[in-house]
Amino acid sequence: MDDSMKMCSENVNFFYGRQQALKEINLNILPNKVTAIIGPSGCGKSTFIRLLNRMNELVPHTTLTGRIYLDGQDILMPCVDPVEIRRRVGMVFQKPNPFPKNIFENISYGLEVNSIRNKRFIEERVVESLKKAALWDEVKDRLYDSALNLSGGQQQRLCIARCLAVKPEVLLFDEPCASLDPISTRKVEELILELKKDYTIAIVTHNMQQAARVSDYTGFFLLGELIEFDKTEKIFKAPEDHRTEDYITGRFG
Amino acid sequence: MACLSWKRGRGPSSCRAQFLGEHMARVKEKLYEWIFAALAFSSLVFLIGIVWVLCKESLPIFSRVPLGSFLFGKFWYPTYCPPEFGILPLILSSVWVTLGAMVVCVPLGVGSALYLNEVANFRQRQILKPMIEILASIPSVVYGFFGVVLVTPFLQKVFSLPTGMTALNASFILGLMATPTVCSLAEDALSYVPRSFREASFAVGADRWQTLIKVVIPAAGSGISTAIILGMSRAIGETMTVLMVAGGAAVIPKTLLEPVRPMTAAIAAEMGEAPMGGDHYHALFAIAFILFIITFVFNIVAEIISRRFRIKLGISR
Amino acid sequence: MKRDIIQKIGFFSLFLSILITFSFLGMIVYFIFSRGLPVISWDFLTQPPRNAMTEGGVAPVIIGTVYLTLGSMIFAVPLGLACAVYLCEYSPKSFVVNVIRISINNLAGVPSVVFGLFGLAVFVKFFGFGVSLLSGSLTLGILALPLIISASQEALIAVPYSIREASLSLGATQWQTIRRIVLPTAFPGILTGVILSIGRVAGETAPILFTAAAFYKRGYPKSIFSEVMALPYHIYALMTEGAHPDKQRAIAYGCSLILLFLVLSISGVAIFLRQQQRSYHG
Repeated sequence: MDDSMKMCSENVNFFYGRQQALKEINLNILPNKVTAIIGPSGCGKSTFIRLLNRMNELVPHTTLTGRIYLDGQDILMPCVDPVEIRRRVGMVFQKPNPFPKNIFENISYGLEVNSIRNKRFIEERVVESLKKAALWDEVKDRLYDSALNLSGGQQQRLCIARCLAVKPEVLLFDEPCASLDPISTRKVEELILELKKDYTIAIVTHNMQQAARVSDYTGFFLLGELIEFDKTEKIFKAPEDHRTEDYITGRFG
Repeated sequence: MACLSWKRGRGPSSCRAQFLGEHMARVKEKLYEWIFAALAFSSLVFLIGIVWVLCKESLPIFSRVPLGSFLFGKFWYPTYCPPEFGILPLILSSVWVTLGAMVVCVPLGVGSALYLNEVANFRQRQILKPMIEILASIPSVVYGFFGVVLVTPFLQKVFSLPTGMTALNASFILGLMATPTVCSLAEDALSYVPRSFREASFAVGADRWQTLIKVVIPAAGSGISTAIILGMSRAIGETMTVLMVAGGAAVIPKTLLEPVRPMTAAIAAEMGEAPMGGDHYHALFAIAFILFIITFVFNIVAEIISRRFRIKLGISR
Repeated sequence: MKRDIIQKIGFFSLFLSILITFSFLGMIVYFIFSRGLPVISWDFLTQPPRNAMTEGGVAPVIIGTVYLTLGSMIFAVPLGLACAVYLCEYSPKSFVVNVIRISINNLAGVPSVVFGLFGLAVFVKFFGFGVSLLSGSLTLGILALPLIISASQEALIAVPYSIREASLSLGATQWQTIRRIVLPTAFPGILTGVILSIGRVAGETAPILFTAAAFYKRGYPKSIFSEVMALPYHIYALMTEGAHPDKQRAIAYGCSLILLFLVLSISGVAIFLRQQQRSYHG
């Protein structure tokens, strides 16, 4: 491990009310790599990834201790604006959540709220993002149709395109394929591998095969603890902790 | 861990510099929040304002008439010399008229709601429910007008009375008026009863009527009672109908076939003539205050019952 | 067999109750329409009253109702909407917020005549607006406030949380999220609520009895400080005041018809819209 890591959590503890959801999490996310977080449901993996762009703040009665760094800067410091962090760290959610607007507006929205007014620029960026998200060919003739008319898989890729338009540095995926069919899932996975060239990616998944397919590094969460974190091949071929092995071989979870 | 080796130089000071531009935006955000909070509090201010105004304007009367003889005095002669301020006749009139209205609107309203929810098919419900909701918006003055021109002569003829403007008339019209409200609210409560309750009952061989009586009505019972209480609250606070058809005699009613003067009617009819700041004026405010307390209690009770209902059926809102 | 008969009787009595309800309500509507229609004419709708309310039209009365309703909405819609936005979007779930919620619920249950007295004491007397369009509008506005707040709250709650999250995750501020995502999505629901409360306010009489209404006023209201004639109050006054009850009664039928038509069509539109939205949301 070296200085070039993109994000890093340091002794992170997180509580819902009095219940501890995360215990002493230390995890690094390397640039231009895909980091997968796996574990049984309720292990805190989604909770953790939401800390990385401070989405946790939307939930009341929670406490967070520890530090989370983005490019060496502690993003939990009170002087840091969460809005600014969310511009740099984008997020794709479990269920596709397009806005009830048309396809074009869905993507331009992120630019407009970041005070970009130049029409030409916005148009170019919309096309570029749709192309990057491998959605352009499917929607280029109906950019002004409601995004809600797209299929589930298309909606999810639209959400990815929407994220890309803001040009974040890190992309967080919170079980992006949980509600998708196998074909859409494959498309999203291919997309993630493609995006890795330009972005740092963290993905939460309960699907181990998915983690094996797309990620370079994998962290295994259990009951709010990070049990093991290593190169994906190592985790899947020769895990050090027996609990990781039990999970990966399907003995529980 | 490795992050410890990061250049800690980019600490607070550089952080401040980097985000100075963001500072204004954050102040603006906070400002919006405060504006909305301030506006939200104004609704609280209005409620407190109403209580305060009612208090302030009604207190002077109690220095002239003790509370006991105000509430239980049998004579309401505000314009006599010396005046008498006993509002028992008004309270009893309100009670009579409201109870009479309940006799009309509870069976009709709840019965209609049960029909809509249990008997009517999907198409019928799609048409009838919105119709009930639209009819619920008929203004009270129209009901009053209807009562004056049609029901009054009818009652006068049937019971050969000196006047058709009686407690009975007011009860009937008020009941009719509260029916759509009660029906609509009760139907909402019934629709919250989960389908699984009914299926469980059918599964043990109950027919639809038994299911309705033994499962659905008990399950929706507190929701239905909320509907009835709110209907009652609406009936007791209703003004124009009773002002127009109740007859307006401020005496303690003995039968439903006599003219009565409920509290709301007294306020509406007499405020115009009461000299501002006089005893009569303050007495009318005191009546309004009592009315306010009554409806306040009704609403709180309805709120508590409906909250329990929601918890019972596991509805989060 | 016996069970069958009981069920039949039971369902028949339920059918009877809805039949009675609809026949009485239908009777009211039919009665007003059948007696009122002969009175309605172009002149009735466009002319001012003549000969001490016994002839002529009711144009200023209709205009007065429109002014009062608009005035109350100008006051109540922004305030109510802001209140709903605060409660749904900003408010922490604290004690104070609960107090606001409870006070709104109770405000909704206050009898309309009590609002009238409040308006009389505060707007007419204390602020010295007198019996005027302004006092009446403000009083009606307070009456409409809880209706608008609860309708808007319902519409805001119906906006899925996930799209708020999506907006925030793109780096939008909370205000941007509210203004550009939440409010547009909730707009149809809010509109329905506003239209419903317009229907309610237009038919209210008791709150304007002492704050705005006049039985007879020459010409149209000139400023927000002038008294106004209004349909609901006019019906009441025609039935209880004046010197020629018979001639006035005909006009009262006409006014009732206009008011009923206005209110039923306004709430009809609102409920139709709501029905559409429900089927849209599935």
